[in-house]
Amino acid sequence: MAVEHPVAAPSGDQTRIHNIGYRSYDGPRLGRSYATRSLYSQSLRGAYGLGRSVKSKVLPMLLFVVMCVPAAIMVAVAVATKAKDLPVDYTRYAIIMQAVISLYVASQAPQSVSRDLRFKTVPLYFSRPIETADYVRAKYAALASAMFILTAAPLIVLYVGALLAKLDFADQTKGFGQGLVSVALLSLLFAGIGLVIASVTPRRGFGIAAVIAVMTISYGAVSTLQAIADAQGSTSAIPWIGLFSPVTLIDGLQSAFLGASSAFPGAVGPGNGEGVVYVLAVLGLIAACYGLLLRRYKKVGL
Amino acid sequence: MYDPTVARLTYRALLGRRRALILGALPLLLIVISVIVRALVGADDQTASDLLGGLALATMVPIIGVIAGTGAIGPEIDDGSVVYLLSKPIKRPTIIFTKLIVAIAVTMVFSALPTFIAGLILNGNGQQIAVAYTVAALVSSIAYAALFLLLGTVSRHAVVFGLVYALVWEALFGSLVAGARTLSVQQWSLAVAHKVAGGDLVTSDVGLPTATVLLVVVTVLATWYAGQKLRSLTLAGEE
Repeated sequence: MAVEHPVAAPSGDQTRIHNIGYRSYDGPRLGRSYATRSLYSQSLRGAYGLGRSVKSKVLPMLLFVVMCVPAAIMVAVAVATKAKDLPVDYTRYAIIMQAVISLYVASQAPQSVSRDLRFKTVPLYFSRPIETADYVRAKYAALASAMFILTAAPLIVLYVGALLAKLDFADQTKGFGQGLVSVALLSLLFAGIGLVIASVTPRRGFGIAAVIAVMTISYGAVSTLQAIADAQGSTSAIPWIGLFSPVTLIDGLQSAFLGASSAFPGAVGPGNGEGVVYVLAVLGLIAACYGLLLRRYKKVGL
Repeated sequence: MYDPTVARLTYRALLGRRRALILGALPLLLIVISVIVRALVGADDQTASDLLGGLALATMVPIIGVIAGTGAIGPEIDDGSVVYLLSKPIKRPTIIFTKLIVAIAVTMVFSALPTFIAGLILNGNGQQIAVAYTVAALVSSIAYAALFLLLGTVSRHAVVFGLVYALVWEALFGSLVAGARTLSVQQWSLAVAHKVAGGDLVTSDVGLPTATVLLVVVTVLATWYAGQKLRSLTLAGEE
């Protein structure tokens, strides 16, 4: 029970506001773009566990090493045997290592966005000068950059090794450039898909499972159907089936335009006409992921 | 050993709201694909065996096992609400056992049942293929659920480790290194399937006695150790 004190009604001339010396901030305000850049660099560092606990550095660093070691071995073999060419094309490398790339995006996309949702820190971000679009752009760019570092590093190892082994400079540079374009598209596509799925669930573990399920099940289903279509002799259907999983999308796109040999069964890559559909599908998917993220954060930020 | 309230709560956590939809999407995809394949190819025993072995048993069962196994306990430990469950006068091994039963049931319903339906669609259970792979899915559901439930109590990154085991160890190393196949739930369950189907459409690298013993040992040991882990569970801070 609160004891009621009779409140003495203040008479008019006794109330006044004292100036006790608080000062308003009049230093430089770094503004919206600075906040966005900070969010970008923090998310990028977080994707490799920098600035986080030792435990959370283990997995991304391990996956990074696993990505680079086969490239180093290939270079060593090429140098030792004085081969005329690298054992694997630049464009083919990411397709071979797709399991590692999928695991990376599955583990890092949820850690990038799901924890903000779970600890309800998203509204805190939006109480800063940044807008919804800035948050989405920073997170998307950070994860895509992290994936690009992951996928481009082994290519650089291969390229430097090839030059040290005195392989043909023009040929290697062309292949390296094509490889970089391909992994840039792959990074954007995988990061987009991963973030869209992860941003739906505040549970990190569930997000990881959902991302990996989408990546592997779609690839498993598509390659099974392609193998069956190949066995049935309906080779014209193979490129069209390839449109339905992220990995085969990138594979088809680079075999149509970036001079890669396709990993499709029977090595039947899409021709130029179908290749255009692949490009449209990849760009459309990236745009759709970005749009979905914007829509999601319009709601979740409030 | 079985507590209905814990079971009800676990079912709600696993199948609540949109989660059942996502769990249901994978089996639905399998059935859709088998309808397409049946329409394209017709009934073919080898195709049916490839599809059920490659897609259902190698990919779908482990992933559903990871979601159900770690999802039965992982999120609760993660957000700390498990202390409310642990402070009740229920034995910790009982909690684990109940959660294991639920995880096994969910994995079975969402993986073995669709495998059976897909098998029937693909070749109408010719040469016992549908039944064989269903048995394999049932058997591996038990082992996967126990294994991933243990992972859920051991590590906060249980899902990642579970997926690394299922995808990297069983799929990647299993296809490269022959020795890795001996230590793979998938091969053990295939050994059981081989016994059911007879013939040589369903093959395994492991003999049936070894496979059975290993399956039982892994399941029992994982469940027992998960109970021990839960008895001495400490709630750490975030990461």
